[in-house]
Amino acid sequence: MSLEFDRKIEQTLADSRLQQAIYSATGRFKQARLNVIAPDVLPDYQELRAQANRLKQYTLDHLDHYLEQFERNVEAHGGHVIFAQDGTEVADFVLSVAKARGARLIVKSKSMTTEEIDLNERLEHHGLEAVETDFGEYILQLAHERPYHIVAPALHKTRYDVAEILNQRLQVPHETVIEKQAAIARAALREKFLAADIGISGANFLVADSGAVVVVENEGNARLTTSAPNIHVAIAGIEKLIPRAQDLAIFLKLLARSATGQPLTVYTSFLAGPRREGEVDGPGEFYVVLLDNGRTKLLADQEKRQSLYCIRCGACLNTCPVYRKIGGHSFPWIYSGPIGAILTPQFLGREKEPSLPFASSLCGACAEVCPVKIDIPKLLLQLRAEVRESPRGASGSRWEKLAFRIFAWLMCHPRAYEMAGRIAASLAGSENGSWLRSLPWFLNRGPLRAWLSRRDLPPPPPRSFRQLWRQR
Amino acid sequence: MKSRDAILARVRTALGHALTPEVNPPDANHAPPDPPAARLRIPEMGMEARISTFMASLEKLAATARRAASPAEAGDIVRQLVENRRAVASNAPYLEVCGVTRFPGVRSGVGGRVELRQLCASADVGITSADYALADTGTLVLLSGPHEARMISLLPPAHIAVLPCERLLSGLDELFAVLPDPAALTSSMVLITGPSRTADIEQTLVRGVHGPGQVTVVLVG
Repeated sequence: MSLEFDRKIEQTLADSRLQQAIYSATGRFKQARLNVIAPDVLPDYQELRAQANRLKQYTLDHLDHYLEQFERNVEAHGGHVIFAQDGTEVADFVLSVAKARGARLIVKSKSMTTEEIDLNERLEHHGLEAVETDFGEYILQLAHERPYHIVAPALHKTRYDVAEILNQRLQVPHETVIEKQAAIARAALREKFLAADIGISGANFLVADSGAVVVVENEGNARLTTSAPNIHVAIAGIEKLIPRAQDLAIFLKLLARSATGQPLTVYTSFLAGPRREGEVDGPGEFYVVLLDNGRTKLLADQEKRQSLYCIRCGACLNTCPVYRKIGGHSFPWIYSGPIGAILTPQFLGREKEPSLPFASSLCGACAEVCPVKIDIPKLLLQLRAEVRESPRGASGSRWEKLAFRIFAWLMCHPRAYEMAGRIAASLAGSENGSWLRSLPWFLNRGPLRAWLSRRDLPPPPPRSFRQLWRQR
Repeated sequence: MKSRDAILARVRTALGHALTPEVNPPDANHAPPDPPAARLRIPEMGMEARISTFMASLEKLAATARRAASPAEAGDIVRQLVENRRAVASNAPYLEVCGVTRFPGVRSGVGGRVELRQLCASADVGITSADYALADTGTLVLLSGPHEARMISLLPPAHIAVLPCERLLSGLDELFAVLPDPAALTSSMVLITGPSRTADIEQTLVRGVHGPGQVTVVLVG
């Protein structure tokens, strides 16, 4: 485990206020999701998941075809498609548009894809002002922080934090009522919307047969971003394609339910090109940037290709016992939780945080709630194997390997195993799982001490199964 | 074009479809088999059931649902709602049928993008019709065109929508069955499900953060 990962986890675990915030927010999302997928409310939930999974698999298996179909249809409606291999190419494109139109101010709606490539920093570096307009993202941008959760970016912030941030960055009076804080943000951002030259959005879906970008949201900032400025640029990963508009009937039913427990988000925008003849408003220019940034690498691995099915609902975070303890900022990249644990090593390389695929109990809750049925535990196991097989992974932990060799030997020798069990039972004094930390000194030293200090084990019962069997 | 060809070539290589773009030019690209059939399940639902489901869904969203027996009655309801307030109405023919566009204080027939935006930014109420509505989620479906603009249902702090009950569909499945290709009709279709909201800070619900915090639907028939 890297020191950084370790330090952030320690910090999060020690912060009881934060522990409470994570636990209660994810708990609410969990319950809200359960309420709207209950069999009496949505009887065909499992069928919808299966169909969503089939559609994602099918589209990715024929991605070249759908990328080209999407491109043709966007152009047919007067829009333009730009392929970008990485963040630099995305930024270069936005900068070229801004330069050609003399644009300085950009409004942005929430997009994990632009977080992935640090777009705001890149644009600001070239003298453009890029303003996040989702309430939570706006607060985080003012505080120079990255999102804590895919769906609830400012989950870790209290109203007092927000009061402090608004007071310092906007020079407004200290205001701790959340409704009034939202009104302050609304007023500040309203000016930006009306003055902005360019609006940058992400995309939840790209519809191939329509050449349309679909954006879902609750606040209305994405609608404003995509329709107030004269230029709309949508930035999306190439994996966001779905074949037909009709397929939205499946995905829209799953997305908001899995994310926030709403049957539908407040706004769903289906955007196909610039404003047309006769339309009063809407952007005059419409661009869709299709980003690779490593996605084709994931596509090449038949098993791991399913990582690209993800529709960024965040349900796996909310249900994950590990995320619910260590939170979002402990993770090394913007994608956190179970999905982050499989995306990060594939996008950034296993070396970024080799222990990440191991930070899971493999309980399978993530796979159970995933609306597109990504087999996250299986992919975690595969990534673990890859880490172990890599040269650094193999040489990293001699002691652990030795311990597992001893364990394997014990498992193959029943008498020795039974003996070890009896010794363990005699050492386990206390009733709870922490007895591992109070072992006699000769078992509690050096690397073994470090290993045991983080592990709990229920004490063995007074009589083992073998003893009971013999006496039956 | 360089990045386009590079990415498409990488996709094809990853999928084992072709060696290079030269060998497999885009238009000769083998068309895939048909995708799994679209899954649209439209429940049997009579008009009264649609209306009651729709009204109940709206109430659950903290939107206001009103029912009028005739266009004239709908007009009266709207007149009371916009009294002494500045309102902008869309060019939807149905609003004219209800007489809404003739009320004092209601601006309608605005054709310029910048002018409309300024009007909406300072108005108290935006009035639109809706092309469809979805009963099971309480959703309004608005297609941008000469009859509806985007800003009217977005910039003012309150939104009133007036529509005849014949436009009520059961849900998303029926919408996409009726409208399999929305892009053929409009550059923008928006589904509006209740008032604008956020729960970003301490999961405390706040309405009207960017879009209208009040949504009133007047259903006629």
